[in-house]
Amino acid sequence: MTEPTYERHEYDVLIVGAGGAGLRAAIEAKQRGLKVAVVTKSLLGKAHTVMAEGGIAAAMGNVYPEDNWMVHFRDTMRGGKYLNNYRMAELHAKEAPDRVRELEQWGALFDRTKDGKILQRDFGGHRYARLAHVGDRTGLELIRTLQQKVVSLGTDVFMECKVLRLVHDSEGRVAGCVGYWRATGEFVTFQAKAVILATGGAGKSWKFTTNSWESTGDGAAMALWAGARLIDMECVQFHPTGMVWPASVRGLLVTEGVRGDGGVLRNSLGERFMFNYVAPMFRDETADSEEEADKWYEDHSAGRRPPELLPRDEVARAINSEVKAGRGTPHGGVYLDIASRRTPEYIRRRLPSMYHQFMELAGVDITKEPMEIGPTCHYFMGGVQVEADTAATVVAGLFAAGEVAAGMHGANRLGGNSLSDLIVFGKRAGEGACDYAESVAASALDESEVDAAVKEALAPLERPKGESPYDIQRDLQEMMQANVGIIRKAAELEAALEKLEEFTHRVQHVAVTGPRSYNPGWNLATDLPSMITFSKCSALAASLRKESRGAQTREDFPNLDPELGKINFALSSDDGRWDGPITAVESPLLEMPADLKALLEEAKP
Amino acid sequence: MTEVAMRVWRGDASGGEFEDFVLELNEGEVVLDVIHRIQATAAPDLACRWNCKAGKCGSCSAEINGRPKLMCMTRMDSLPAGPVTVAPMKTFPIIRDLVTDVSFNFVQAARVPALLAPPMPEGGYRMFQEDVERGQEFRKCIECFLCQDVCHVIRDHEGNKQHYAGPRFFIRYAELEMHPLDQNDRRDLVREEMGLGYCNITKCCTEVCPEHIKITDNAIIPLKERVVDAHYDPLAWLGRKIRRKPKTSAADAAVQPAP
Repeated sequence: MTEPTYERHEYDVLIVGAGGAGLRAAIEAKQRGLKVAVVTKSLLGKAHTVMAEGGIAAAMGNVYPEDNWMVHFRDTMRGGKYLNNYRMAELHAKEAPDRVRELEQWGALFDRTKDGKILQRDFGGHRYARLAHVGDRTGLELIRTLQQKVVSLGTDVFMECKVLRLVHDSEGRVAGCVGYWRATGEFVTFQAKAVILATGGAGKSWKFTTNSWESTGDGAAMALWAGARLIDMECVQFHPTGMVWPASVRGLLVTEGVRGDGGVLRNSLGERFMFNYVAPMFRDETADSEEEADKWYEDHSAGRRPPELLPRDEVARAINSEVKAGRGTPHGGVYLDIASRRTPEYIRRRLPSMYHQFMELAGVDITKEPMEIGPTCHYFMGGVQVEADTAATVVAGLFAAGEVAAGMHGANRLGGNSLSDLIVFGKRAGEGACDYAESVAASALDESEVDAAVKEALAPLERPKGESPYDIQRDLQEMMQANVGIIRKAAELEAALEKLEEFTHRVQHVAVTGPRSYNPGWNLATDLPSMITFSKCSALAASLRKESRGAQTREDFPNLDPELGKINFALSSDDGRWDGPITAVESPLLEMPADLKALLEEAKP
Repeated sequence: MTEVAMRVWRGDASGGEFEDFVLELNEGEVVLDVIHRIQATAAPDLACRWNCKAGKCGSCSAEINGRPKLMCMTRMDSLPAGPVTVAPMKTFPIIRDLVTDVSFNFVQAARVPALLAPPMPEGGYRMFQEDVERGQEFRKCIECFLCQDVCHVIRDHEGNKQHYAGPRFFIRYAELEMHPLDQNDRRDLVREEMGLGYCNITKCCTEVCPEHIKITDNAIIPLKERVVDAHYDPLAWLGRKIRRKPKTSAADAAVQPAP
């Protein structure tokens, strides 16, 4: 073992990622008195959490007192088509209200009910109005609140630092990581007793996505390479409502809050088509006429839910079918209309950033005209398999929370359950990592792993000529959009897996020019291995799950298969190399206790 | 298909110059789209900072034709014909090309005394919409730092950064001052160490705010009034000598802006 060559920092708990989960974990760990740092690829406060719009789901019962954790648990499991880790869904439903309320102690200012409580709004798949929110910029409120708390606690935050690889100690435990500063291109190592991954999703492997540039699947890929298991990688959520025009903003998120606040979907014939797409499991609790649906907005006991508020997988598929049947808009979407249903004042007050976004980017006044929208790659239910209570992975010293972790949402996530996931399991990951860190001594990084990661990162700069990373990224995005999109079939998935091998080969010949200091071409070249690894896992798992469940829709296997409802596909790396083989095994779901099972059976609306 | 000429600043701390690029223009594009296409073709190492490309994260601030703006929210067809110049924010040190070192702002953020809330009652705090709305306006801030960039107190006088927090942090202090739960008093700090008095209300910050926050009228002026009242009101002065001044005094109430 050689002496360390690079800048080195030592911590008890190191958190990779500064979105909601990472920052909440940092607060927990810092309050325990441990030595804690957060490493982020961007500036503090810019993480993808900032783009969340509609709200944080928590059964506080402020608007509908009959709401409680049991209803929230049931909604989450039904939304996930029962593929969820039930224990995560249970903890989440029970703890979300306290996690939301404590945000107010740290400065958050949510919209209020008339009697001064936190106001809650309706969203798809939630039986009651349940989403704490601030207009349509709830993610900003969450990240700013957590960021300000993290800063006030004096936590070390390392910004614009890209982590390349997790690094083990001599016994195979995760003991830290290696990365580089984007500003200088110099390498840096972090040694830590426990590492929490909170790196978010991977939408940048698809062409039309709501995700920001950071969402390149780094955490899931690094966990896989380090020996952890990834589950539910086939479950990719396409949000029903993304902008479709102008082309340059195609995919940009339009909040589900538009539908929660009364917006409806219409095809080019003007029909509210969602009434034609109510799956049997939701028929009992969904309105069957426009009159009934409209009454529900005023009083949830006066009618059943509008079909526009079915879970996202259902709505996204319906939109896809309408467009395919030739009933789409000029730009290939459908209409989302709130202009004809609510006053301009109401729309501007409830949906200010949607108003702003359409006005500035598309020249559309949403208080006067309908929006054109279509499905867009949004969220990854899949990711690192964790133990529910502690967020621990199978690799000692490695924890994961938030979007990078899997299990909580099963085959499909309900809107609003992501921000609550971040704060519930961010806190739990902080606790779990602290408990672990307090039980072990610091151990040395395996320098050969550090050296290998550095060598690999530098290779594109050292090749005299080769392919542009931008070309590979573009081809990857187009291929994933075409072959691993909202509707899948065997031939396309097989083609995707073959293409991904080609991309792997191309990355080995990528060349970039310019200095190491803030070089986006080089930065992209170092993101490509995780983007491709994540994409391989998605395509592989989608080819293995030969059924349609939640977000996984197989044209060639259109039905649920009860046997496949008992397992997750768990993927692992054979040799820890990014370009090495990936193996899949069937991993049985946790057996749910009888009292929770009973909750899923009972309680018709 | 129309063409557009882009003049993009390239360089680092040691200096640089504008580089010209000519591209075809696509319908509906914003400045950031064109910068991305330059990266993907002619200049793969062109440095620019961005995240969400939706006007929500405040990363892609630059000076477009000399005006501080977000690149992701500036449509190309909103700009006058002729070359479009894109330069980094002037107030902050250059890292490379369009990327500046904005750490000044994170230093200022760390100096803000945190919210001090009373213990939470059973079932959570009660606050009313009309009381949270003023703070909510300031919490729309996406930290693009364009207001800091345009503020002449630090734009033209590097030395002032030592004792001037800037508009972004004045709205943060105003937000905390007006927060229904907060029990801290930061008025002396804002006056003595954060340089509130340097601001002479030219409203440049308000003009460039992409979130349309009325920084000067709703935050800085009320904050100045509170600070002045706290400092020069003899009764308040006496009260401060005896104990920390309670947050909602009659003097405060008198200067609160109309809702």
